[in-house]
Order: sequence, then structure tokens, then C-alpha cells
Amino acid sequence: MKFILSIVLVALVTYAIGIYGNLPWWSFVVTNLIIAIALPIKPLQSFIAGALGVGALWAGLAFGIDLANNHILSTKVAQILPLGGSYIALIAVTAFVGALLGGLASLTGSFVRKPE
Amino acid sequence: MRIVPFLVSATLTAGLVFTLNIQLKLGSTKAPRLGYFLSPQHGFWKNAEKVNSNFDASILANDLKGDVDVYMDDRLVPHIYADNDEDAYYVQGYLHAKYRLWQMDFQTRVAAGRLSEVAGADKLSIDRFFRRLGMVYGAEQTEAYINEKNPVMKATVDAYTAGVNAYLKQLAPEDVPFEYKLMNFEPESWTPKKTYLFLMFMSYDLTGKAASADLQLTNTRDYLGYDLFDQLYTNQQDSLDPIIPIGTKFAKPSIVPVKPLSSDTVYLKKMPIVDIAKLVETPEAPDPNNGSNNWAVGGTMTKSGRPILASDPHLGLNLPSLWYEVQITTPTHSTYGASFPGSPAVIIGFNDSLAWGVTNAGRDVLDYYELKFKDTTQNEYWFNGAWKSVTKRVEVIKVKDSADVIENIAMSHYGPVMFDAYYQNPQSNGRNLAVKWTAHNASTGVETFYQLNRAKNIDDYSKAIQLWKCPGQNFVVATKTGAIAIKQQGDFVARWDRQGDFIMPGTDSAYDWQGIIPFEENPMILNPARGFVSSANQKSTDASYPYYLGTASSFPLYRGISVNQQLIGRTQLTAQDMQALQTSNYNVFAQHARPALMKFVEMNKLSTEAQRIVGMMTQWNLYNDPSEKGITIFKLIWDSVENAVWGDELAGSLIPLTEPESFVLLEQMIRDSNFRVADDIRTKDKIESLKDQVRLGIEKATLKCLALEKENKLSWEAFKATRVLHLTKTPALSRLNLPIGGGEHIINATRENNGPSWRMVVHLTDEIEAYGLYPGGQSGNPGSPFYDTFIDYWTAGKYYRLLFLPKEKLKQHERTKWHIQFKKAVA
Repeated sequence: MKFILSIVLVALVTYAIGIYGNLPWWSFVVTNLIIAIALPIKPLQSFIAGALGVGALWAGLAFGIDLANNHILSTKVAQILPLGGSYIALIAVTAFVGALLGGLASLTGSFVRKPE
Repeated sequence: MRIVPFLVSATLTAGLVFTLNIQLKLGSTKAPRLGYFLSPQHGFWKNAEKVNSNFDASILANDLKGDVDVYMDDRLVPHIYADNDEDAYYVQGYLHAKYRLWQMDFQTRVAAGRLSEVAGADKLSIDRFFRRLGMVYGAEQTEAYINEKNPVMKATVDAYTAGVNAYLKQLAPEDVPFEYKLMNFEPESWTPKKTYLFLMFMSYDLTGKAASADLQLTNTRDYLGYDLFDQLYTNQQDSLDPIIPIGTKFAKPSIVPVKPLSSDTVYLKKMPIVDIAKLVETPEAPDPNNGSNNWAVGGTMTKSGRPILASDPHLGLNLPSLWYEVQITTPTHSTYGASFPGSPAVIIGFNDSLAWGVTNAGRDVLDYYELKFKDTTQNEYWFNGAWKSVTKRVEVIKVKDSADVIENIAMSHYGPVMFDAYYQNPQSNGRNLAVKWTAHNASTGVETFYQLNRAKNIDDYSKAIQLWKCPGQNFVVATKTGAIAIKQQGDFVARWDRQGDFIMPGTDSAYDWQGIIPFEENPMILNPARGFVSSANQKSTDASYPYYLGTASSFPLYRGISVNQQLIGRTQLTAQDMQALQTSNYNVFAQHARPALMKFVEMNKLSTEAQRIVGMMTQWNLYNDPSEKGITIFKLIWDSVENAVWGDELAGSLIPLTEPESFVLLEQMIRDSNFRVADDIRTKDKIESLKDQVRLGIEKATLKCLALEKENKLSWEAFKATRVLHLTKTPALSRLNLPIGGGEHIINATRENNGPSWRMVVHLTDEIEAYGLYPGGQSGNPGSPFYDTFIDYWTAGKYYRLLFLPKEKLKQHERTKWHIQFKKAVA
């Protein structure tokens, strides 16, 4: 239950703090850490919760934006980065970067308190 | 707390944040900050616009005097309706920023020598070039002059600036344009100085060719000696069809420039050349093909009995485009056309009464003077038999991730000392060179356009362009009342023959500029008997004009011939005919050059393959159409023959020398078949004739043609591969390999990365019938569907009908899509 709650909280808080463009893009690292301390679960579970929460959020946002944009920009960026012009690969990379960092942040937090 | 796993995990997390937050290397460039760039709420995803965006908006603005309505049409062209002029320019500034912010910032950074500040030490040599050329100095002169002497222009530029900054103020950090995120820098406030810097950049783009050409010509003269130089780089153009028809009488000149007595020994002599091999990156010299066509046909030649004006400036083809379409309507005037993001007003366009267009005059307004410094402090230089002091101008160049670089620029009475002990390039050849350039002088160029936007008749047009100083332009005009005119206007130096073609001695006032030609004496023609006026960068006059115009290499010959050849004697012309002419691919150069060349071809001495290739060339219909192969073959053969003829003379210099213009060989072929430069001076035992060189050239070109044929790249479009390049040159943001014809010498002057940057045709009927487009789109955002909207149409030679209507009509028009309301904020 705490696991599911963690995922949802991570996604919600990451989105909420992301609205403030003046804050750094990595602000969710701090909030993930706090969530993991407040809701202690096992390290592996915590990593997955953080990764899923941020990863799914980023994937969903990117996917929605890209669809509404008819892949105009993603196709260009996927040539610059270079991902062979594939917007799918670009969304995957976006999600992966968010997931990896989100997971690590939550993992770090999980070591602060033992799960009850 | 489990300390060890915590520390390990925390370190990993912090390390990853750090890594994703810096610019890693990506090939030869730097990648964006990956975490930031990919974050859907911060990075590039925020720039991916909805394809069906609604551009309606209501904007509260403190600085407005009244309310302003902007209607956007289906091509995202804003039609601005304001109660007063300043509000209109405020909104123009706001919209330029909304759609083109990054490009405005970037282009003025280049002009100001501030590229290293955002792109790093790699760009330092480019920044130093522009600083030492006096770009910032010139912009400062103009700013000071306008602030002090011209309250109307000051108010105009201030209102524009306030509009740009109003947009910036409400711009959230996550919404900054894509390129800021890619290159990792931030927007900064607009200032009037940036507008003047932008206009300095246009002066550089259109007259700055001399900054390298004068050095190259000097080096070439020194390498060849003046006599041979004068043959290869002759100023005589037999086939010239000037802007002012041959035979027109010119008034007695008010200035008679005196050639210095020492010029034959000091100026035109052969000098020893010192080759230096050290290469320094300098900005790409302005494209010598920056040129343009414009013409106006009078009522006697048109079906409607009203004039039609056409204008297409040829510039570098870039995304975002240099141009932004706009209509501005206030109680004082109503105008439509192409504007420069970075400057208020419409630059090329039309109003209720008339239409105007420009082409580059090509006159030389930038000279180098060689200084003799007393010592290494560079504080004094020898002038007229005495030591003269310089002042020092300090410019600080900020460099990203590195220490500031300080330029101490010595300022002579000519202008900034560009090249000295501290700054050299491969062409400056160790000399101390001061630059004298009309662009350094304060200028109210903005006011010319401001007044043209409001001009009602030829008198107004004349008053407006009288203010124009640099870059010299051919201003064409046509009015609803039936007048047509063209005038070459700018500050032009009253020169003696060959003055300023080469570096001049800076020790003797006899070489100074002896005056600026008065406005009245600049070439002009009004309602000529032949029924039309035209210009295509050719020399403005024949040799009877009392002033020296400059080196022939500044004046392409053949587009002008082509325009006049296709206009003369025509009647019943329509706007569609003018579009067809503007996009004409007819090759008038080849029309003359192919038969001239064929006189020297001995078919029986050619290889079988070469015979076939030459056959394909002779079968060609003389149109540079995209699928034609004959033009590719013709070009390769011609270039190869030129190389065979001139290559030996120019070989052996370490410093890059200028190649003779194509007309030189062609006119030589037409004039005299027995010309001594044809001989390859490297073969001592025999004397090659032009026939020998032509055969050699054809055989070499044949090899290239066969290779291209194999790759299926012999068609003109594949060979030329026209591209519209993003300003950062990033291929993914550019449009490559466009299937378009045209090229050098062609009215449709579309080359690899240079061509008609705005095509406009205006029929001056009661309700103006206007067409136009530029190879770009109204939005500068690569993530917008309006980013490159017009390119395919432009490539196909098609036009959009331009909507130029009063507010009530435009509001109702079926092509009007969105409404942006600017409301004055109530205090």
C-alpha cells in the first residue's frame, strides 16, 4: 500500500514542483528524498517507486506533448541527440533519465529510516 | 540510518544530477544540459507547440497609450491596428520577440562581438574581428546621434524596445525559445543599441565584402604585378547594361577627385609579398552573391495601365528567416511588407500610395589605410610628415568558462586600427591597417524606412531616401498615380580611378577621401522612355558618369542583362507575368558563353566520353531548371576552363587570391581569340592556345560529370543542393536539398545557401494587389508548424496573395484566424 502511495505521491509532487520554472529541473530529487524518508519502504521498492513515479510522469507528459505537436520537434531533436530521428526513442530516453534519477533519489531516502 | 549505503546512493544521485546538469561534449559541439533539456516541464518539450494552437490572446500593457488590435491571418502574419504610431511599434517589438526572440538576440550578439560569451572561446576570433572592424563603435555613434538629434526616431526605437522587453518580462523561464535551451544561455533585455547593432550587421552583410576583398585584391596585385592584374581583373565590361540606360547625360560633377601624384609609384606598383601560413578563423566574408533584383514597369507596359513593382533581395537563406511579414496601420499611415526582427517599421513593402524595393548598390564604402607606427606601443603613427596620436578604445569580450579578453583598439583619424601587432589574419599579411567605413558614421537609416512607410508620392520617396547612408542601395518605387523611379542612394565616396580597390598608404593625406558625392548627383531615373526601371546589382551607369564606381568584381553583369532583355518591349503585363519573371531560370550568361566556348572546341580532338558530355551541353535549353543536366555540365566545363586559363597565374601563392570574374574570360573569348594569358606559364617549352586550354578543361570536367552521372547527381537540383540553414547550422533544424532551379547569373538567383530571401510583386491598382513570400515561416520556433511553412511554396516558385485591408474588412476576412488584443493597463 505504501509502495503504491509512494509512486502516486512521487508523480504528483514531481509534477507540482515542476510547474515552478524558476526552480531547478532536478527539484524532484529533493522531494523524492523527502517522500522516501516520510514513507519508509524497502530500498528496492523505494527505487522502483521513485523510478516509476518520475519515469511514468515524464513519459506521459512527453507523449502527450509530442502527440499534440505531430512529432514536429521531437523528430528534429532526435536527430540532434542523435537517436536516428525516432520520436519514440526520444520519449524513451526522456523517461529513462527521469526514472533513473527519480529512482536513485528515492533509494537514497530509503536508507535514512528503516521500514517499520 | 544505514550510513554506507546512504552515502553511496547519495553520491551516485548527486553525481548523476551534476552530470545531467552540465554540457557534455557531443561530437565537435557541446550537448545541451541533458537533464534540463529532456525535462518535459523545463526543457525542449515545452517548445513543442500544439499543431492547432489558438493564438488568440489578451495582453495588458503598462506602456501603451491606447488599445491595439492585432489580427493574425492563416499564415500567422500580424495585422496591427493602433491608435498611434508609437503603440504600433511597441506591438511590433512585442510580436518580433514573441516569434523571433532568439534570432534577434543571436544576430545582435554576432554583430556586437559577443558570441564567445555564450558559445565559448572557439568563437573568440570572430568576436575580435567584429570588434576591431568597429561594429560596436558604429552602433554607438548612431545611438548617440539619434538620442541627441532625432526625437521622433528615438521615440520609435524606444517604443519598439519597450515592446520587446514587455514580452521578455512575462516570459516564464521554461518557455524561452528552443535554441536557448540547446545552447544553454538566457535571454537578456533589449536595448535601442541592439537595434543599431542589427542595422550595422546589415551594413556589414552588404558592404563588408570589401573588408576581405580589398586585402585579397591587394595581395593579388602584389603577386601578379599591376599590369597583369589589370588584365585579369579589368574594370571594363563590354556587355554592361547599366541601371541608368546608356547615353543618359550626367550633370557636371561638383567634386573632381584628384589622383595623388605618387599613385603610380606608391599605390599601383608591384610590392613584395610575404606569405604567412598561420590560419586564423574569421567570420565568413559576406557572400559576394548578396545582391538582388528589383524593377517597376509603368502603366504603358501593363494590362491595367497601372505600374507593377517587383523586388527580391538575395541574401543568405536562413532559418529563422531574416524577414518577418507584418501590416502596420495607424491614423498616420498603413503599410505592409517584410520587416527585420530587431528593427521597427517595414523594410521592403508598400503602403496605400506606393510600393518600394531595394537592391544592393555594390559600391565600395570601406577602405584600408596602412599605418606606420612609431613604436610597439602603437600610440603614434606617421601622417603628413609628423607623428599623430591615436586614442585607445577598450572593448571587453566576455568568454564563457574563461577569462575576459580585453581589446585595446587604436583609433586613428581614419577609424579603428583593425590589423596590427595584436591581430592579423592570412590576408592582412603583417600590415597595420586602419579601416575607414561609412557605416562608422552616425546614421538615421531607420528613418528612411519610417518615412517610406508613410510616403505618398515621388517627393516623399526622395526625401526619405535622402537620409540613407549605408549600405548604399538602389531604391525602386512605383506609385498608384503612375510614376516609376529608381535611384542609387547612400554615402558614396567621390573616388579617383581605382581609389580604394587596394590598401592605401596611411601616411599621406593625398589618399584621403576627397568628399561624399552629393545626393543630387547620385544616379537616378524617373519615368524613363523605355517604360520601366530595373536594377540587379550591375554598375549603375556607363563610363560617362563622372565618378569611379569601384571594381567590376562588385557588379555582377548578367542578371541585369536578363531582366532588361525580358522586359524591353513588353506590353499587357500582369502581376503573374512579373512573378514568372522573378522566378525565371533562363541563363543569359550561358546564352552568350556557350557559343563563345564552342568556337574553341575541337570536337575531333576530344575523347568519346567528352564528346558525349559536350553534346549534352549543346542540347541543353539554357534554362537552369531543377531537373536539367546541361547546366551542371556547362558549369563544370566553364569552371574547369577558367581554372585551366587562370590557374597557372594564381598558383603558388600561399595567401588565398581572388579569382577573376566569369565575364573576363567570356568577353575575352568574344573579343579576341589570341590572348596571351591562355598560355600555361608553367610549361616553358610550349605556348598553349585558348583551344588547348578549352580541351584540357573539358576533359577534366568530363571526369567530374561521369562521376556525378554514376551517383545520379548530375541534375541541377541534386548538384546545387539548395539549403535553408538554421543560424546555428544544425542540419536537423534546416531544410536541405530543395528541388529548386536558378543560380548565379539567373534572375531566380537561388544558389546553394543564398537566394531570393523575400519575393514581392505589387500591382498598384486602387485596391493594391500584392503577392509575396520568403523561404521560412512566421514563427522562429523549430517546434512550431509555422517554422518553415513557406519553403515548399517558395521552392515551387509560387506566391501568396498578401492581405492588405482596413481593420473592418480584415476582421471579417475568411483568412483571418486569430485576434490578439493589447489593452492599456489602468493604473
